[in-house]
Amino acid sequence: MQSPHVTAAPEGASASGPALTAVALVRAFGGRRAVNGVSLTLHTGACLALFGPNGAGKTTLLRLLGGLLKPTTGATRLHGQPLPGDAETRRLVGLISHHAMLYPALSVRENVRFAAECQGVINADDATTRVLTQLRVLDRADTAVRYLSRGLQQRVSIARALVHGPQLVLLDEPYTGLDEAGAQALTDALGALKANGATLVLVTHNLSEGLALATHSAIMQRGTFVDEALVSPSGFDVPGYQAKYRALVHEGLA
Amino acid sequence: MSSVSSAVPRSATLPEPKGFDAFLAIAIVAVIAACARALFFTPIDAMLGAAQKIFYVHVPAAIIGLYFACGLLFVSSIMYLWIKDERLDRLAESSAEVGLVFMGIVLVTGPVWARTSWGTWWVWEARITSTLFLWLLVIGYLVLRSGVESIEVRARLSAVMGTLAALLVPFIHLTVKLFRGMHPEPVVLAPEKPKMPPEMLLSFGLSMAAFLLLFFALLRLRFRWATLRDARAAMEAA
Amino acid sequence: MSGSRLSTTHRAPSYLADAWRIARKDLLIEFRTRSAFLAATVFAVLAVVIFRFTWDPTAIPAMDLAPGVLWVIFTFSGLLGLNRSFGLELAERAYDGLLASQVSREAIFTGKVIANFVFVMCVQAVALPAVALFFDLPVGPSWWIIVGIVLLASLGLSAVGTLFAAIASNTRLAELLLPMMTLPFFVPLVIPAAQATAVVLRGQPIADGMAWLKVLLAFDLVFVSACIVVFPFTIEE
Repeated sequence: MQSPHVTAAPEGASASGPALTAVALVRAFGGRRAVNGVSLTLHTGACLALFGPNGAGKTTLLRLLGGLLKPTTGATRLHGQPLPGDAETRRLVGLISHHAMLYPALSVRENVRFAAECQGVINADDATTRVLTQLRVLDRADTAVRYLSRGLQQRVSIARALVHGPQLVLLDEPYTGLDEAGAQALTDALGALKANGATLVLVTHNLSEGLALATHSAIMQRGTFVDEALVSPSGFDVPGYQAKYRALVHEGLA
Repeated sequence: MSSVSSAVPRSATLPEPKGFDAFLAIAIVAVIAACARALFFTPIDAMLGAAQKIFYVHVPAAIIGLYFACGLLFVSSIMYLWIKDERLDRLAESSAEVGLVFMGIVLVTGPVWARTSWGTWWVWEARITSTLFLWLLVIGYLVLRSGVESIEVRARLSAVMGTLAALLVPFIHLTVKLFRGMHPEPVVLAPEKPKMPPEMLLSFGLSMAAFLLLFFALLRLRFRWATLRDARAAMEAA
Repeated sequence: MSGSRLSTTHRAPSYLADAWRIARKDLLIEFRTRSAFLAATVFAVLAVVIFRFTWDPTAIPAMDLAPGVLWVIFTFSGLLGLNRSFGLELAERAYDGLLASQVSREAIFTGKVIANFVFVMCVQAVALPAVALFFDLPVGPSWWIIVGIVLLASLGLSAVGTLFAAIASNTRLAELLLPMMTLPFFVPLVIPAAQATAVVLRGQPIADGMAWLKVLLAFDLVFVSACIVVFPFTIEE
């Protein structure tokens, strides 16, 4: 069965062409194909929620889309530029994973400011303060990251990824460890990004969080897409989707 | 740019291990024959005595270990970074191990010769000192390989080390030579310099050819073993 | 579509600025934790003390022993600081963030080499006086030459050491592997450095040690460039 080419074009998407395209992406590690023929097209303002069991290749796919890995075969383009790309293309991407991606010995502000400067943000201090306020961690700005709870560290990690205003945000289970306030802050921040024309790919196990922002959803298993669906803002048949997921993947979905 | 997968078949069966390795057998016979000729049918060197016969093993081992094995290691490492063919990585690995054996022969026969000739086990002579450092370098290379499980990562990282090792060799030679320059070495320890009569030259030539055969036979054997091992690992991972 | 796309909010990456920023970040982290620096300096001083007390001054003059002691300590204390160079990046996968940013690989490597260089020089700032003190070495204006030798050797050690630290961070038993891989590479650094130091300590004219200094300089030139070139291969892509 051929893997569907997932296309995510929200209504009112700009006519300037898709933001992110991937054609027949394959990534093998030794003999094992972690990503085995993935094609997708995402337009600006789209948010693709990606579900799938562990080992489906979702993390590898995100790393391919983020330019951290080269595909074995296939090609990806972000705003017309090939990935992995040159410096300016890399700057367009923001990556959030369940690892904190922080330096524990440095403070919150130092971590985020470092990321901002590495991404060439001109007014790094202002950008840092702005994003820390947005994620509601400004009051802990001068605390060393290693003294923060896991949930707060996750918020700082998100701030680090968003401080430079990325156009493509790749999130690998970002809600893990977040409390309600943190989850709300994240959803608000991502919503703002989306409204400003960013494209999001969100890997999650949590259906409700995934669907809150998503315009499209897809299920990945053993390296390929096995299903895709439109997420309508007016309503989504959650139990129906859960049943479909269980049928396809033989696992439950929260 | 992607990794070029080599002749490792993706089919469900492993390549058949060959039964009797004729090439290796011939090589071993050749080495024994060459050693026999050196021991029994070659005149004893008037100046250096019977112990000089170690020369027929020591020098071929040195030339092969240092120039052939290490040379192959360096060239395949550099080429791997460029082309990324797995076969180059297996060639580098095989050259390193077989080279280690040959260099080991040098490091054992050297002191034996030194002991019988001059009464000391070790002489800080330029070439054997360089051999010692290279031997340690290749051991480091093999230990690096043993510390990485993924075949691709291992190939890539050891190719980096192999490339840098290639650059290191001239510096080691230079350092050792400068060091030796301060302590003039024993004049006798220059085996090629004294003019050799035709029988000795012939023995040396035969020995050289035999050891070269052995080198390639062992290399081929080791390379095949590596191919088999990688094919099985790929099968198990898939 | 090619060429640079001008932006009012972002500036293009700059090799020097990026390298310097990364070096400062590494040094700031080391300064906050201080663990590696303390380990290296305590090791250096302990080693000097042990060498001093196992030495029979009547059998070997200080001039003959001190260079060897100095440079053995240099090598092993230098190694102590190298593992943390990439350890701090991998602890929480901050390395991914750095790699995904617009900063070039060359800048990342250079920044880390600078940080390791400063680290090694700081350890030597303790070790050198310790050796001079314990071995009663005559201290004079010629010691600036020794500082120069230490500078040259530290540069080579930092470049090669940082590269192998990057390699080792991909392996199990990185701490054991790093010395095994790097020590042969330090031979053309340590032997020339020790010989040149001996020339200076014995009061010989520096011209006697010129050949050794040239080897050091050549090593630095060749290996700093070579390591920058091969560094991207240590990163999985």
